[in-house]
Amino acid sequence: MESAVTAATLALTAVGLSLVFGVMRVVNVAHGEFFMLGAVSAWFITTWVGGPAWASFLVALAVAPLFVAALAALADRIVLKRLDYEPEATIVATIGLMYIFQQAALSFYGPQAMPVEPPFNFRIQLPWFGYSAYKLSVILFATLVLIGVWLFLTRTKAGLVMRATQVDRETAQAFGIDVDRVYAGVFALGAGLAAIAAVLIVPIQQAHYLMGHDPLLLAFITVIVGGLGSLRGTIIAAVFIGLSDGLIAFFWSPTLAKILATLLVAMVLVFRPQGLFGAKQA
Amino acid sequence: MRIWTLHLFTLAVLAVLLATLPPYHATNLARILVLAVFAIGYNLAFGYTGLLSLGHALFFAAGVYGAALPITYLGLPQLPALVAGLLAGGLVAGVTGLLALRTAGVSFMIVTLMFAQAGYLTLLYFGPVTGGDEGLVLPDAAALLPGLSADVARATIAYALFSAALLSSLALVQSRLGRTLVAIRENEDRSRMLGYNTFAVKLTALVLSGLFSGAAGAAYALLFGYAGASFATIQYSILPMLWVLMGGAGTVLGPLVGTAAMFYLVDIAGSYTTATLLFVGVALVLLILFAPKGILGTIRERWLTWLP
Repeated sequence: MESAVTAATLALTAVGLSLVFGVMRVVNVAHGEFFMLGAVSAWFITTWVGGPAWASFLVALAVAPLFVAALAALADRIVLKRLDYEPEATIVATIGLMYIFQQAALSFYGPQAMPVEPPFNFRIQLPWFGYSAYKLSVILFATLVLIGVWLFLTRTKAGLVMRATQVDRETAQAFGIDVDRVYAGVFALGAGLAAIAAVLIVPIQQAHYLMGHDPLLLAFITVIVGGLGSLRGTIIAAVFIGLSDGLIAFFWSPTLAKILATLLVAMVLVFRPQGLFGAKQA
Repeated sequence: MRIWTLHLFTLAVLAVLLATLPPYHATNLARILVLAVFAIGYNLAFGYTGLLSLGHALFFAAGVYGAALPITYLGLPQLPALVAGLLAGGLVAGVTGLLALRTAGVSFMIVTLMFAQAGYLTLLYFGPVTGGDEGLVLPDAAALLPGLSADVARATIAYALFSAALLSSLALVQSRLGRTLVAIRENEDRSRMLGYNTFAVKLTALVLSGLFSGAAGAAYALLFGYAGASFATIQYSILPMLWVLMGGAGTVLGPLVGTAAMFYLVDIAGSYTTATLLFVGVALVLLILFAPKGILGTIRERWLTWLP
């Protein structure tokens, strides 16, 4: 159950990272901080709104990702666009953004970890054992969002425009597509997905200004193992990694599991750059 | 001629500063000099060869522990330990390069980042030996040069190391190899077409870069009496990049200028606010946006075109 929740939120975070890389060719090192900002703003929103837990949580689930997405679009307009999306320069810039967001969270939110009340808190009791209803609904909601993203990309005009830009930026521009707007939108969408994952996870883990590190690393691993820029590969890898995470940690120490995982990523990039599951699809 | 005059003059000014500054600033300067050696190493890879690595903390930490472990467990004297740290940096860089240099660009950045992360986690995993996050305490800097006080010994070693690093890097970039590095940075395909084995040259550059980084790590551990896993964190990969970007990538004196500027910027900011990382972040974004050539790079472009 734990690992299924990990897999679901990891899939959301990693798909966000993968979209940004796939369409914009930008490696967003600040992605973990968008995750963190989602969790921290969820704490602020639930505290301000007050009222019953489910109501304030729903407000947070709606508002926090939008806020983070707006912030990401702003960062894209102010910083990334001026760099002309030159890959190495954007990595340096997103490292800078990472420090800025982290420090801002530390200043405004503080160094302590704070919890958010889950919207409902009962267990579904089955004859053999009970499940937390909230965790089940996290998995369900994450799956719905992923299906929504998939439908958006494959069935709507905006999604078509995004995929066209991914395949060939210049040709898309020649056909009158406003590439700048597409990029801002994709960057916002990617950050928003990370923020949704964070809002979902924050009643289970607490919000903390350094909480972005592990999701960033895991999302990186997922995206690379799944094949850079391939959404299908990313989701398969997320489920695989999320489910095996608990398994590996069960056999070895968590540190050793992390060492093996990072080395695996390096080796995949060196010897199989299209990813473990990657045929060469886009 | 004027190139050598400028660099020897810089070294002379540094010697005077070290001898006359009050102890607090002299210690800061010794720290800056050692970290500038790290930046010089990073600059060889990034500034001259165009290898943007996010894993130099691994080479720095290899130097730190290459010196600290033999001292702690084998009782090796300090000066041989310094050499051991230097060699450890080069060796780790060589092994990393053999694998990572099969990739380029963004993949190279991520692979080096992942190797450094694995190195950091390995240091934590062997916590009982390495001291993990708490680290190992080493003998005082005075043990390096018996008969001198710790402050004098520290300043002397830092100065000697920096002078050696600066002059050898100057000689290196003006040599045939140095020009080949720049050629690969500018156009790798054409260099290959001209008959250079670009993989071997890039590997050489990375190993040299690792030797400098390892020497800096070893000196840092010995001079300030501490070795810890925190030297392998991503922050120690980002900082040399920031120093080099600030001073000017691909300039010989840039690493010194950038390290000193950033050190005092954070130092001054630290007396007003605890949010010093904010300055690191803002400096990175502003530099990459408005001055990607850094301080000396801009000066070279505008006025002093002969600057190496």
